[in-house]
Amino acid sequence: MFKEDVLQEIKTKKEEWERETVNKLIAKSPEMKGEFKTASDIVVERLYTPEDIKDIDYLKDLGFPGEYPFTRGIQPTMYRGRFWTMRQYAGFGTAEESNRRYKYLLEQGQTGLSIAFDLPTQIGYDSDHPLAQGEVGKVGVAIDSLEDMEVLFDGIPLDKVSTSMTINAPAAIIWAMYLAVAEKQGVSFDKLEGTIQNDILKEYIARGTYIFPPKPSMRLITDTFEFGSKYVPKWNTISISGYHIREAGATAVQEVAFTLADGIAYVEAAVKKGLDPNVFGQRLSFFFNAHNDFLEEIAKFRAARRLWAKIMRERFGVTNPRAMMLRFHTQTAGSTLTAQQPLNNIVRVTIQALAAVLGGTQSLHTNSYDEALALPTEESVRIALRTQQIIAYESGVTNTIDPLAGSYYIEWLTNKIEEEAKRLIDKIDEIGGMVEAIEKGFVQKEIQDSAYRYQLEVEKGDRIVVGVNRFQIEEDLSKLNLLKVDPSIAEKQVKRLQALKQKRDNIRVKSVLEDLRKAAMDESVNLMPYFLEAVKAYATEGEICDVLRDVFGVYVEKIIL
Amino acid sequence: MKELLDRAISGDPIAIARVITLVENGEEYGIRLLQDLYPLTGKAHYIGVTGAPGVGKSTLIDKLIWHLRSRGEKVGVVAVDPSSPFTGGAFLGDRLRMQRHATDPGVFIRSMGSRGALGGLARATADVVKVLDACGFNFVIVETVGAGQNEVDIVKTADTVILVIVPGMGDEVQIIKAGIMEIGDIFVVNKSDKDGAQRLAKELEAWIEFGYEGSGWIPPVVMTIAEDGTGVDRLVSEIDRHRAYLNDSGELKRRREKRVMEEINVALGESIKRRIRDVLEDEVMQRYVSEVLEGRRDPYSVVEEILGKLTKGGV
Amino acid sequence: MNERKIRVLIAKPGLDGHDRGAKVVARGLRDVGMEVIYTGLRQTPEQIVQSAIQEDVDVIGLSVLSGAHEYYCRRVLELLREKGAGHIVLVVGGVIPPEDIPRLKEMGVAQVFGPGTPISEVAEFIRQVVKR
Repeated sequence: MFKEDVLQEIKTKKEEWERETVNKLIAKSPEMKGEFKTASDIVVERLYTPEDIKDIDYLKDLGFPGEYPFTRGIQPTMYRGRFWTMRQYAGFGTAEESNRRYKYLLEQGQTGLSIAFDLPTQIGYDSDHPLAQGEVGKVGVAIDSLEDMEVLFDGIPLDKVSTSMTINAPAAIIWAMYLAVAEKQGVSFDKLEGTIQNDILKEYIARGTYIFPPKPSMRLITDTFEFGSKYVPKWNTISISGYHIREAGATAVQEVAFTLADGIAYVEAAVKKGLDPNVFGQRLSFFFNAHNDFLEEIAKFRAARRLWAKIMRERFGVTNPRAMMLRFHTQTAGSTLTAQQPLNNIVRVTIQALAAVLGGTQSLHTNSYDEALALPTEESVRIALRTQQIIAYESGVTNTIDPLAGSYYIEWLTNKIEEEAKRLIDKIDEIGGMVEAIEKGFVQKEIQDSAYRYQLEVEKGDRIVVGVNRFQIEEDLSKLNLLKVDPSIAEKQVKRLQALKQKRDNIRVKSVLEDLRKAAMDESVNLMPYFLEAVKAYATEGEICDVLRDVFGVYVEKIIL
Repeated sequence: MKELLDRAISGDPIAIARVITLVENGEEYGIRLLQDLYPLTGKAHYIGVTGAPGVGKSTLIDKLIWHLRSRGEKVGVVAVDPSSPFTGGAFLGDRLRMQRHATDPGVFIRSMGSRGALGGLARATADVVKVLDACGFNFVIVETVGAGQNEVDIVKTADTVILVIVPGMGDEVQIIKAGIMEIGDIFVVNKSDKDGAQRLAKELEAWIEFGYEGSGWIPPVVMTIAEDGTGVDRLVSEIDRHRAYLNDSGELKRRREKRVMEEINVALGESIKRRIRDVLEDEVMQRYVSEVLEGRRDPYSVVEEILGKLTKGGV
Repeated sequence: MNERKIRVLIAKPGLDGHDRGAKVVARGLRDVGMEVIYTGLRQTPEQIVQSAIQEDVDVIGLSVLSGAHEYYCRRVLELLREKGAGHIVLVVGGVIPPEDIPRLKEMGVAQVFGPGTPISEVAEFIRQVVKR
């Protein structure tokens, strides 16, 4: 991109500048640290010049938005055509309360729904299961059957909203419930837009809501790919997630590497099943973290897009450009929120959200300032939403696409992250792929080591967290107005469950569960139609999962510290 | 003390745990407890399980416990993990894979750190096994990680030593070198659904045929998949078969003789060291060290002198 | 081997799978010389208490981020008392609204460690409480 003789001159002049100007100053007034690093331990130089990016070929490495390798964005007009979807993750307690919160958010200008389920639902237990005690309705809405799902979306036209559901191990079943609700509303499947997270590999690594072992879990996932490709073409049947991997302590490089390696594993599984990556590849979506190091995050998103495009094209021979695009949702980093001086979190979230926008995200969730302490109140979630709206409408960053491109630092860092991530992916390939690497505990150990290193840095004071290890104040946080989840929810749910089991046709339930069991034992059968039948008969989520537990077995975690 | 012991023997887990702690810490009190418990020991079948990290020992033991429990046996498990040589602390995570048995009163799981003392660990582990033995657990399983001398010392006093290996780890040579192979009574090839499992089993069998020729017990090679329990029933029957062999052939008596001899020797050594520590003041030791350094004497005559003091002093 | 080690059991009760904090604390306590028994995810209060008894620990540390802290602390404390193991100290960490802390302490929780607590603070508290 630059002429050789100009580069040479810049190099010489820079050395002169360092010798004459910089070193003279440093002798009197040294820099604050010996070494400056990104949040992921990448060493950052004082200054970047064309020299640092001299090997970049604009057309090959950057190109144009909407075209391979998609470094600058996946849509030709990006935010000039349409802002990213403002999608706040929400859900708690009963389906009625969540329904109310969704309607509130839609009224306030949110453009997509994001459903949070409680832990028993995420792990395939009904609200009356002994392990569900104390957990019902706490971190999300309790869904035991299609009946709850119907209440959840009561008055919300499914052909008018795009719905993202954070559900993994039992995703196919919950998706079946959503489809059944759409059917009842008279909306045809081909109109439905949304996402199911459905990413089991990261559960084993970082999030913990797994049920079955890897092999049958992959089967469930590829079943959804197949069903979606045929019948629900606008639906993203997976959201390959790096968010949680980052939250568990990974660096930006590890976040990209492990997420894309998970993606590779899913594509391989689907291809093995006979599915065409040019088709299902269009409906893979991703989910990343927006962390503190503003510039590193922007570079990270760009690197991820370019790397995924190369993987799909070179490794899987994909020819359809739409199947090479890394479309992603972003959430600002929950683990960076502090319990101390919580209002500071509004500032953190703003910086993180801005990084996601400058990184070209398709959809964004901003955390509320009180989330280190509890689920957000209406007020705090509104501020979080306004943060996005102010960026969109007032800041001007959306007027042009990928505005930071061409910055010497940003392009250098994008290259660096891509390079390091690729190296890590190669390592995983050597081990035998992501599933194998997880079995061996390699991935978990990498993440735990990073997490521990981070903690030590904070405790030593090498890494400053404002309000926590610097600029602390005496404060009484008990006066904060926090959300309390109604403890009588569990009781209500259990009663509702009991009533359901009375009213439904139990003979039919028994029959559909038996059909499901037989189908589950045959690897070649797609289970989606069986889930649909089961949920429509008002079999509960727990009952359906119990059948699968019987057939597939259950997963027990591995610990490597 | 008698009360603590009575409660432990009658099965109170809090008492058993407390006795184990005292015994593990090697305090005087603990030794006295052991003396009182000693007459009650000798009933349990002591199984040592060892192998490299990641081969699936804990998962295997979890399935073993299930099998033994289903026939009414009471099972004690001691899971030993290395302590940090720098900080002395330890991360003990083996019981995680056996946690479904945590609330079963017929199972007692205890985690131990190696605590950095080489000879002492084997002694401590053996003592904890005795406690569980005396308190009514008829199978006591000790799990250690690795294939080094430490592990050999720990498990060599077991009645049945099970060595677990997996295909593809390339550590077979290490294990042979460390001498662990020679004390194996049963070899388990775990993760036997992976490539190379059959080959590994054949290699093992060939090696066993060569090394154990003429011996009364030819170690069997058992293929397992610990994760889903495949092969564990065969492992249990091999354990039973080994136990019968030990009893019928008199080998059990021979092993326990060796064990007792070892115990007495180790206890003797530790006791002497302890008494010397009690008697020998730091300044005196410092003086000896200086004299040796200055070349005025040699370490061996120092030892003679100290021992002389010990016996003369009539300690 | 005359040494007395501080033994701590770290557990994640219930269904929450976020174990970064629990693992970091476990590792940190190990690095200051304690023996840490880590029981992993999805533990019932019964499993936690029985394990703590068998391991003769000085302290149980629960990690709860799902809002169910009151329920689990109450159950664990009840069981400890029931089984005669009331001498075992209970501490808890995670996402816990400050206004819940007095209630937890009243129940018998010795200390609540919120987000941002340095490991050294946890270690020091444990050392102090074990001395007593």
